Amino acid sequence: MIDGFVIPLLKIVIVLNATLVGVTYMVLLERKVIAWAQSRLGPMRVGPHGILQPIADAVKLMLKEDITPARADKWVFTVAPIISMVPALIVYAVIPFGPEVSLFGRQVTLYITDINVGLLYIVSVASVGVYGIILAGYASNSKFPLLASLRASAQLISYEVAVTLTLVSVVLMSGTLSMVGIVRAQESAHLWFAFAQPLAFGIFVIGSLAETNRAPFDLPEAEQELTGGFHTEYSGMRFALFFLAEYANMIVVSSVATTLFFGGWLRPFPNWAALSFLDFIPSWTWFLIKSFVFLYFFVWVRATLPRYRYDQLMRLGWKLLIPLAIANLVLTGIIRVALL
Amino acid sequence: MEAPTVRGEMFDTNELVINMGPQHPSTHGVLRVVLRLDGEKVVDTDVIIGYLHRGIEKLSENRNWTQIILLTDRMDYVAAATNNVGYCETVEKLMSLEVPRRARYVRTLLCELQRIASHCLWLGTHAMDIGAMTVFLYAFRERELILDLFEEFCGARLTYNSMRIGGLPMDVPSGWDKKVLEFCKIMDSKLDEYEELLTHNRIWIERTKNVGVLTAAEAIDLGLSGPPLRGSGVPRDVRKDEPYAAYDEMEFDVPIGTAGDTYDRYLVRIEEFRQSLRIIRQATEGLPEGPIVGKVPRLIKPPAGETYHAIESPKGELGYFIVSDGKSTNPYRFRVRPPSFCNLQALRRMVRGHLVADVVALIGSLDVVLGEVDR
Repeated sequence: MIDGFVIPLLKIVIVLNATLVGVTYMVLLERKVIAWAQSRLGPMRVGPHGILQPIADAVKLMLKEDITPARADKWVFTVAPIISMVPALIVYAVIPFGPEVSLFGRQVTLYITDINVGLLYIVSVASVGVYGIILAGYASNSKFPLLASLRASAQLISYEVAVTLTLVSVVLMSGTLSMVGIVRAQESAHLWFAFAQPLAFGIFVIGSLAETNRAPFDLPEAEQELTGGFHTEYSGMRFALFFLAEYANMIVVSSVATTLFFGGWLRPFPNWAALSFLDFIPSWTWFLIKSFVFLYFFVWVRATLPRYRYDQLMRLGWKLLIPLAIANLVLTGIIRVALL
Repeated sequence: MEAPTVRGEMFDTNELVINMGPQHPSTHGVLRVVLRLDGEKVVDTDVIIGYLHRGIEKLSENRNWTQIILLTDRMDYVAAATNNVGYCETVEKLMSLEVPRRARYVRTLLCELQRIASHCLWLGTHAMDIGAMTVFLYAFRERELILDLFEEFCGARLTYNSMRIGGLPMDVPSGWDKKVLEFCKIMDSKLDEYEELLTHNRIWIERTKNVGVLTAAEAIDLGLSGPPLRGSGVPRDVRKDEPYAAYDEMEFDVPIGTAGDTYDRYLVRIEEFRQSLRIIRQATEGLPEGPIVGKVPRLIKPPAGETYHAIESPKGELGYFIVSDGKSTNPYRFRVRPPSFCNLQALRRMVRGHLVADVVALIGSLDVVLGEVDR
């Protein structure tokens, strides 16, 4: 009863809440880091150093008037942000924050579930999110959002291919689709896959920037061109859902990168006995630190780079990243077969 | 604009007509651009102006000659000092007034400081339009230093009213020249910082190279001036060709581009930053002693006649055409040749066949100020 029902439910509640809090603080982190990069201070008014800003933002967004344009497709308009948000959250079901630990005399796994096709589940569920953007642009019945959602669908579909191909290379290395299994494979190989698959890792990082609509690939929202893109017509909490989904996706991508390429919850050099004094640090801390590095990188890139143009983005995706990913996959396969 | 045409038989593929502006984050004020799109490709555009028309030219005909200086501030409001210089010199030409050398030096100095401030604003917004938002804040940080210098000189930060017919309203404060030189030193290093972020950035180059190409002949046909003309390789600069203020005593180069694309216009303006700093250093170090106002009559009443005088504003050739009837204390006819208005004519030709994202890049590349376009 407790093992089968209460603990999973507790884990779901914790992960869901932690994610939502993480997402709101991710917004603060982004505003702060970009502000520092631009020699500003960022939010400073709400709480010391703006630490309570996410709460103020949440309250503001919830109290805002929720406007539906008169000529919008009302049902689709309402559903679109939900379609965006839900996949971004349920992906967390298979992300391993840590291994099995004993807590209050009970063996508890630090992940909600470990299914044997975990990676496939993440890829397929995450790609549903794009429907939210497409439908939002369509349902708004407005020209700028429509253009943005066309951009979004083209962009997300083309980068999905490259990213998934790099994931396949990793699966070839680990021999399993289970997220926990992939971390275990890195443990037994004594190697983080980022060092075994540097090309795949590079493509994954670029592709995931594009998939999460982040700079320099933030074309669907390109404020300077499309005045906010697909969420132009949205306000209040519905707008907030798109916003939360974007940041939740960033955290997902960072977690996947950590798990696949940087050994998940493993400490650096897990096979070096000399570093075993680091073992007092709980395993999930390593996971969070590694993910944080990725999130910081996302923000850093946004503060630095100009935006790609639509055609250049497609060219980069189809003519460079996908061929490279395929070559990498074939090469990995050949080496695997030769070694075994 | 005619109705969208239907092409193809199977599918209903209309051209999409969208309205960019007058409220749009990248049309730099209240410019309205009606785009006809085929997918994301721009088939044709209509540039609609007039949202900021305040009738400055007509207003000027009912103000006395000194009051007009204040109105010229409000045309190109990010480069008010150059507007003032242009107007005052035109009236001086009409009255054949001699301006003391010190005043001419200070005018040169202010014009070049203003050019840097204006280019800072251009660089920031242009980079922002292309998505590099950090440069925007860096450029504004340095623009702030110039505004501080202006504030110390005349008390205002945006609309200076900083010239008088025949000279200057006040002398530069003591110690001001040292601050100017200090600013030059800061600006030198900051320019390298901007260039590090943009000039060799692959995305920046891809976004600006071969975008909005204008050949030298086209640029001349369109009547362009300033950096858009020089970017196309035409070495025309009023400061060199028809020197005014103290430019004949200054040593500087006129940078020109080769390809006439957005990247070249960018490089030309970046080099202009450096040349302006060079002029500022010369003008500050060689600032002569002497009076700051020439022999100006108490009542300014130019003799009957007409004159045209042009200066090189940060945007291009800023000309004033003024007719005086010799009887009244206000001009009979007052007309401005605004560089932004003339340069804006190139937009339609440049955006054709490009993508939506290029439209904002090209508006930024022309560096128009709507206050000056509409007046």
